[in-house]
Amino acid sequence: MTVEPRNDAFVAFEHVQKSYDGVTLVVKDLNLSIAKGEFLTMLGPSGSGKTTCLMMLAGFETATNGEIKLDGVNINQVPPHKRGIGMVFQNYALFPHMTVGENLAFPLEVRGMGKDEREAKIKRALDMVQMGAFANRRPAQLSGGQQQRIALARALVFDPKLVLMDEPLGALDKQLREHMQFEIKHLHESLGITVVYVTHDQGEALTMSDRVAVFNDGRIQQLAPPADLYERPNNSFVAQFIGENNKLLGTIEELNGDKALVRLATGELIDATAVNVKEKGGKTLVSIRPERVEFKPEMMPPGAHTIEAEVVEIIYMGDILRAVLKVAGSDDFVMKMRNTLGQTKLTPGQKIKVGWHPQDARALDP
Amino acid sequence: MAEATTELLTTADGRPLKAALQAAQARAKRRAFFLVLPLLLFVVLTFLIPIGYMLKRSFEHDGFVSSAPALVAWFQANPDFDPANPPEEAYAALVQDLALMQVDKTTGIAGTRINYSVPGTISLFKKGAREAKDLTPPFKESLVAVDPDWGKPALWRGMASASHIYTAEFYKVASDFKLNDGGWERGEDNERIYLYLFAKTFLISGIITVLCLLLAFPVSHLLATLPMAKSSLLMILVLLPFWTSLLVRTTSWIALLQEQGIVNDLLVAIGLIDNEGRLTMMYNMTGTIVAMTHVLLPFMILPLYSVMRVIPPSYARAARSLGATSWTTFRRVYLPQTLPGIAAGSLLVFILAVGYYITPALVGGADGQLISNLIAFHMSKSNWSLAAAIAGMLLVSILVLYWLYDRLVGIDRLKLG
Repeated sequence: MTVEPRNDAFVAFEHVQKSYDGVTLVVKDLNLSIAKGEFLTMLGPSGSGKTTCLMMLAGFETATNGEIKLDGVNINQVPPHKRGIGMVFQNYALFPHMTVGENLAFPLEVRGMGKDEREAKIKRALDMVQMGAFANRRPAQLSGGQQQRIALARALVFDPKLVLMDEPLGALDKQLREHMQFEIKHLHESLGITVVYVTHDQGEALTMSDRVAVFNDGRIQQLAPPADLYERPNNSFVAQFIGENNKLLGTIEELNGDKALVRLATGELIDATAVNVKEKGGKTLVSIRPERVEFKPEMMPPGAHTIEAEVVEIIYMGDILRAVLKVAGSDDFVMKMRNTLGQTKLTPGQKIKVGWHPQDARALDP
Repeated sequence: MAEATTELLTTADGRPLKAALQAAQARAKRRAFFLVLPLLLFVVLTFLIPIGYMLKRSFEHDGFVSSAPALVAWFQANPDFDPANPPEEAYAALVQDLALMQVDKTTGIAGTRINYSVPGTISLFKKGAREAKDLTPPFKESLVAVDPDWGKPALWRGMASASHIYTAEFYKVASDFKLNDGGWERGEDNERIYLYLFAKTFLISGIITVLCLLLAFPVSHLLATLPMAKSSLLMILVLLPFWTSLLVRTTSWIALLQEQGIVNDLLVAIGLIDNEGRLTMMYNMTGTIVAMTHVLLPFMILPLYSVMRVIPPSYARAARSLGATSWTTFRRVYLPQTLPGIAAGSLLVFILAVGYYITPALVGGADGQLISNLIAFHMSKSNWSLAAAIAGMLLVSILVLYWLYDRLVGIDRLKLG
């Protein structure tokens, strides 16, 4: 999947900037193309500009500069009700004074649709989210998960081509959230709609999306499919924001293509893949995922550098064991071990050697 | 466990669960009761007792019973006498009582009581009492010779009715009924001042409520949606008049609206009206409506604001994203959600307006008086019972309105803040 702006883009942000106060930019030069039928997630910490982007797309905020195109047409001046974009809100925003059926009828009524057609569409939309029996209830009588389904059905009932979701699962408990993630994903696949999804939950972003745009400080830090994002972060922000991550600070000792030899502050040498380091002698932050750290010599690639470690603590987490290690001066280096039958038991204070495949250690900007 | 719930549950040491629970909570309940006791006493002393006393007054008057024992006894013995032609014993008892009143100096009290239903009785009683000891039988002729009004059937009906301590007479008078020679009848159309004033009071209160709603809605919306710093400033502008003395505010409206006032001067200066055609906006209905709308506006703004403040902007956004124009969004999504505030504000303003006294008294002139001014008038004339009866009717009509409101809107949907 390409990151470059495409001509067939369904949604396109072109050099979009946004400022609320005329002093600071909340969104700095945003360029983003979303293909038809794609599930794109905007992921980032609060204040990173992701929600502002969504609001500009929905028409509730105007872009200070730049163009937003929908299906090739500039929609900067189109009011929200003429954009035909479905939207799901974090607090569901179901109208409390209407029943579920009336809520779903609302977008159809304002479009002047006849009663029979309306009823058919409402029934289809409710069945789609398995809420067919709830048409006469009021939103207050439904649980959070049920309200979420209704909000989803309402955003889809008028057959929009594009659906925006603003942290729609934020208020649900973990189990329900995971369940709804799959349902939304399946709806997306079966209806063939384009979805732009905003969340600060990286797990959600990874499980649901075709591509994830990681926002920070008003810019897209990386735009990539979930696996790329997790395994090949482009910079240290993405590496730290997505998933758990071990950081080792050092200087580039040798640089050969994308292979780098890094000398840590405490003197040890480790192998790494150069991602965005420029020259020998430069500072770098090496990032290694905890589940890619190995301590059994037979699991390490031949010739890989290993490094001394001391076990500080073993935390039992059920499916995995989490070992906190003292490595190269830092005492919060984490290694995850699968809790298999016959897994080596480590004890606090034990001295071991840890290593990893050079591909899994990424030398990033410090 | 299903069958256990139907049985009488007991605690581990065998006491019934209900009794154990009550014993456990008794101390807390006692403490709570003593905490609210001062407030309860305050409410009873300053609110319930005066209102109860007022309502009692509207049914009860012993002015005649206590000062005319002989006639009252005669009325009780002869309940079916002919008021058009009372017998000689009745006149004899009346003269005896009049003489007693002159001695006890109770002529005023007795006269006042009869005066409620038969106007002009106080002077009649005073005159009669002065002459009573010199009158000779037959008393009927001699008393009528003092004043022919003593023979009027209306007077005898009034005295017969006043011989009971409890009476609905004051409510009849307050409903524009008149005691004529033939009994109680509806007054002529041009004499129906009380019901007319009731109707006018309700109409004016309705107009003021609507005006307040129209003015308060945009202000409250602005208050609820502006950023904090600006909305606090606006809130102070709303509350400042609220904190200012009512007299000051009303007087400033006089300064603005009177014939030589600022508004008229301005209109003359810009040539919209000429000097002779100055508008009369004060000391009439217009003055009452303008000043009362201003005085009562905060009571509409505050409940509306408290409701609007908690309506999340996402509802309006959701409606817009679903394809509704801003007008449809307002009408179908925003407005229905402000209904509890509209209802609370309207109820508050309407009820306050119906009982309002000071503003119409100051700026209403002859035309802009409301029912409360009439109550105050009767109180100043010591017509306590009539004042109480009008106030009682006002209270009942407000309770009826409240009940209607509960049926139509539902009190549980009310939000006052």
